[in-house]
Amino acid sequence: MTSRLPLRLGIAGLVLGSLFPFVWFLITSLKSQHEIEAVPPTWWPSGSLEFYRTALFDHHLLDYVLNSVIVAGGTTLLSLVVGTPAAYALACLRLPGQRWLMGGLLCISMFPQIAIAGPIWEILNRIGGLNTHWGVMLPYVTLTLPMAIWILASFFAELPTELEEAAQVDGCSAWSALWRIMLPLATPGIFTASILVFIYAWNEFFFALLILTRPEQQTLPVGIALFQGEFTMPWGELAAAAVLATLPLVLLVILFQRWIVSGLSAGAVKG
Amino acid sequence: MNGTAPASATALRRDRLAAWVMVVPALLLTLAFALYPVAQSLMSSLRRRFLGVPALGDTFVGLENFRLLAQDPVAHDAFARTLGFVLLSTVLEVALGVAIALVLHEQFRGRGWVRAAALIPWAIPTVVASQMWRYIFNDQYGFANLLLYRDQVARYEPWLASPAWAFAIIIFADVWKTASFAGLLVLAGLQVIPDELYDAAKIDGASAWQRFWHITLPLLKPALLLALLFRTMDAFRVFDLVFVMTQGGPGDATQVLQFYGYKTLFTEGRMGYGAAISVSVFAAIFALSLIYIRTVGSRLLGREDR
Repeated sequence: MTSRLPLRLGIAGLVLGSLFPFVWFLITSLKSQHEIEAVPPTWWPSGSLEFYRTALFDHHLLDYVLNSVIVAGGTTLLSLVVGTPAAYALACLRLPGQRWLMGGLLCISMFPQIAIAGPIWEILNRIGGLNTHWGVMLPYVTLTLPMAIWILASFFAELPTELEEAAQVDGCSAWSALWRIMLPLATPGIFTASILVFIYAWNEFFFALLILTRPEQQTLPVGIALFQGEFTMPWGELAAAAVLATLPLVLLVILFQRWIVSGLSAGAVKG
Repeated sequence: MNGTAPASATALRRDRLAAWVMVVPALLLTLAFALYPVAQSLMSSLRRRFLGVPALGDTFVGLENFRLLAQDPVAHDAFARTLGFVLLSTVLEVALGVAIALVLHEQFRGRGWVRAAALIPWAIPTVVASQMWRYIFNDQYGFANLLLYRDQVARYEPWLASPAWAFAIIIFADVWKTASFAGLLVLAGLQVIPDELYDAAKIDGASAWQRFWHITLPLLKPALLLALLFRTMDAFRVFDLVFVMTQGGPGDATQVLQFYGYKTLFTEGRMGYGAAISVSVFAAIFALSLIYIRTVGSRLLGREDR
């Protein structure tokens, strides 16, 4: 009935607008040194993979990738290990001050990083956590816990209470009820929370910049932010590095967008 | 416990103990790496001390740092600039978010792919997005110049060297990065509006615009407010974009509070004064969220009660 033209324009604008900067970097990364220095810039690249080679080998990109995998993977694991029981207790068990705890967690996720940055640096300095992966994971886990707990709690809360009551009748302890009954059912929630925590930790820059000052431990965002050449800005290598750093996320989004969307709006729908 | 389950008093007590054991690790981490640091910042803000140099002394100076802050023109500018950034970027993000949500709410072939495309800006590291936009607005190799001036190289503009453009570009990049997140929150709101309302309005002869204005928008209010709230809090913390694209420059044209605080704390090492800035940012966000919850929250609840 209604015209489809505005919708088509909207779709085109949305896709083009979202992907265009990424595509321009992709094009840039496939240029040759000669093409990249052209003014005005050339539209189409010759398809040279030279910048990927130099980014990987001269700029040690794989070391940054490895650091990011360790930090983001470790953060995800720890955040879920700590967050899942907490979410279960908050959603399903009787705890005094439940609402306060959940509200307080939400507040913490809103903290400006700068308000805690100085003291966190000092704590890590004291316990030898500067320039270590675990040192950066500690604040990451803390700051992703609210997100993980909120998502998981909303999943646990939707599971039928009869299951738990049955478990209690059977003499299950709270722990075995969580482990044997609730956990398998909440797998989608755990999966959703994992993806979101992973993306956060993979992308985080502020604390990584403060805590990891030596290139050997730095994560991809720090490497990319501080990317420099000897004389000029190496845009080609930077573009190649950025494309490689972004690819895992593009894949995550394409494969798991449904989970991501549900996770992002988990807290939102209920308000 | 409503009757059916034969839970003895000991089982219940054991349950409660288990519940506490389950939340304690999360609470401890939060205490150590979120609450204690905030308290420590508060204490630091009352002292004169320097990062990693205890020899320079560590003395209690009362509200001296806040007095200095009140007279610091750079801090005032940073505060006003941050407010401007927050206001402009959140309004634009939520407005664009509504447009994105309206598109994604429609039924069409390949919607999954379009939704994935829309999520890309949100999913990639802000640092990467910053470098992309920095390159696009590069004075020689940038796409912006290529698009506007083609081969008239003499007219190529050094965008990020202009204070006004640099500020506008930071806002633009932030809107690009986060409008899809706002869009998803709005989309969640759209999905709970019952279709019957639109059908009824159509029968009454309401135009598409009238339906949007009189049905969609009012019912979307809670979702819009939520998106606005989330985006406001987050925009206050803008740092990565500024660090990568402009380093606060040119001059101080893009120096926002979190960047000023970062410089004071970690490049100048003035822990006391930096903490005073941190505490002020914290207080500003806290006050803002209170205002939100008071005005918006009560109206929101009032609406739901009826």
